[in-house]
Amino acid sequence: MAIESRKPPSQFVLRLQRALGGRAGWGGFVVQLLFVAVLAWIAYEIVANARANLQAQRITAGFGFLQNTAGFDVSQSLIPYTGSDTYTRVFLVGLINTLLVSVIGIFFATVIGFIVALGRLSPNWLLSRISGGYVELVRNLPLLFQILFWYLAVLAALPSPRQSISVFGMFFLNNRGLVIPSPIGNPGFEPFVVAVLIAIVAALALWRYARRQLHQHGNMLTIWPYVLGLLIGLPLVTALIFGAPVTFEMPVLRGFNFAGGSRLIPEFVALTLALATYTAAFIAEIVRAGILSVHKGQMEAGSSLGLHRGEVLRLIVIPQALRVILPPLTNQYLNLTKNSSLAVAIGYPDLVSVFAGTTLSQTGQAIEIIGITMGVYLLISLVTSAIMSFYGWRISRSMG
Amino acid sequence: MKRVSLVLTLALAAGLSAQAASAQTLKTVKERGMLSCGVSQGLPGFSSPDDKGNWTGLDVDVCRAISAAIFGDGTKVKFVPLSAKDRFTALQSGEIDVLSRNTTWTLSRDTSLGANFTGVTYYDGQGFLVKKSLKVNSALELNSASVCVQTGTTTEQNLADYFKGNNMKYEVIAFASADETVKAYESGRCDVFTSDVSQLYAERLKLANPADHVVLPEVISKEPLGPMVRHGDDQWFDIVKWTLFAMVDAEELGVTQKNVDEMAKSDKPELKRAFGTDGNLGEQLGLTKDWFARIVKAVGNYGEAFDRNVGAGSKLGIARGLNNLWNKGGIQYAPPIR
Repeated sequence: MAIESRKPPSQFVLRLQRALGGRAGWGGFVVQLLFVAVLAWIAYEIVANARANLQAQRITAGFGFLQNTAGFDVSQSLIPYTGSDTYTRVFLVGLINTLLVSVIGIFFATVIGFIVALGRLSPNWLLSRISGGYVELVRNLPLLFQILFWYLAVLAALPSPRQSISVFGMFFLNNRGLVIPSPIGNPGFEPFVVAVLIAIVAALALWRYARRQLHQHGNMLTIWPYVLGLLIGLPLVTALIFGAPVTFEMPVLRGFNFAGGSRLIPEFVALTLALATYTAAFIAEIVRAGILSVHKGQMEAGSSLGLHRGEVLRLIVIPQALRVILPPLTNQYLNLTKNSSLAVAIGYPDLVSVFAGTTLSQTGQAIEIIGITMGVYLLISLVTSAIMSFYGWRISRSMG
Repeated sequence: MKRVSLVLTLALAAGLSAQAASAQTLKTVKERGMLSCGVSQGLPGFSSPDDKGNWTGLDVDVCRAISAAIFGDGTKVKFVPLSAKDRFTALQSGEIDVLSRNTTWTLSRDTSLGANFTGVTYYDGQGFLVKKSLKVNSALELNSASVCVQTGTTTEQNLADYFKGNNMKYEVIAFASADETVKAYESGRCDVFTSDVSQLYAERLKLANPADHVVLPEVISKEPLGPMVRHGDDQWFDIVKWTLFAMVDAEELGVTQKNVDEMAKSDKPELKRAFGTDGNLGEQLGLTKDWFARIVKAVGNYGEAFDRNVGAGSKLGIARGLNNLWNKGGIQYAPPIR
């Protein structure tokens, strides 16, 4: 990289630095200490005053409410939950639902984003125009509108449970969601899981061995038949010895809805779809920018080595583009997570809906609940950033 | 919605930390020249804006009556539409002076929110609205149904209690606003829409084909709806409380919007006390002598307000039932003005 001579900072900046105690020794230190002290004092005054006035108005304060019984039900919960559980449990249910929609949304947004970006850069005229049209259409419509579109226009148009679209009499699609047979563990379940794990570990070891052979000795080994044999054969043999690991409980129409089986609720599907497709449009542009930022010569060099287009992209261009892509990609991941709070519009029981919504109005403890909710979103965002930074650090290290 | 509650919470935190609880709501309202009244986001019969943007409804009339009692003019009200989950925060933060928004009086709300209920404007109960085509005649036939409900209401808890108590399974889908809830019900996402019965009748009017839907006979809860004020200002509490009592007493005394001027000249002792021609009861409240006449002139008596907004004279056509006067078979009862 060319070394550019940097301009010295302007007089104003220097003076500002001095005033703020930037590099001016003890004086600066004292000013900074005073500043922090004033901030701490203001924060203390706010908290103390709020507490005194809450007490004066006899508004219940504190976190004791978390131990109280919630007394309401939630439509989707990955952990066991009933109305007689506590608000703490409600908080966990909401948090897990938020994380679920975020993680799945991020996964699909990334996949769709990369595909659209590659499509837009493709020499195929039609493909690149379709991809471009997708980006322009989706990123220019408000997200809330898209969520409502998927929920009210697409999913609500499905037939009622009694007229469900049935696939093989096992899967049922209706306006209450997608009902699928749910697996129930048998005694043979645990050996089966162990067998699958062993097979995966063995396959990974084999793959590493093959890669070392390729890199160090230039031997291209054909390992896929062995991997396949391991992954299918070992669990199959276990199942034959210990019996079938699971049996499936079939959904049956009973009364208004299907009983038995598992169900993907339309609120979840609409929210995930909207978040994934919306964010994918932004990711596509970020990826495209990242790929275009890699010098054309890299691609030409790759081609002249005899690699074809896919290999050039996968082995040469994308690893370099990732450096440019990662920071704005992290932003999009954070946006998606925060946008998931729009769930409240379509009744998906996320953290904002069940905790900052129902729980808040039942207990009236706005300050505590909004405080906890903000803290949780902050924490989720910081953890996401940390993971992405770590990933970025590993990439830049591996590229030297 | 999230943004609204966040703003309100910040306002609450700021308001609480900036000043001690103000015990001078009446003075503040007079200085402002306006009563700030929290209402619903649009519930026909209780509080909803008409095609010209004027708010009408039973809850709205309570606001207008308070305004009339203070200013002699029922129009000096700023209506603040609030969702179910933002309403208490708005009251606590001082954003509104009184909350008159079909709110159920419960013990926990009366004690832990820093606010008090002043009376009951409407005795309601929770019911179920279903499509006629489902051929359901009783709420006990609703096992395994999907139920749409508005979040942040007592309805959600009653629903859980009722289904649990009757050993029935159900799926609940909770929405932030009444409109979204009804839309989801109409689209077929739910079999049942549950809310206070009065609200079911009101929302049914908004459906494409109201006649295709039926309110089931079961009423599963007690929902006394009434206005709320903040803790710590007893004078204001008295004013809001007695404004409603004045409306109910006016009906009992036979004072109507039409005959109020004649009745003011009456020699009957209880009328003289109410109209302030004898004694100074209005001034004891911190209002003027003619507070009672002002209220009735602005909104009429309780029966008139009921008829006009939710009763026989309205589209809702709800029977008086529990809301009739105590001496006419109902339970509306106001202490005497003396």
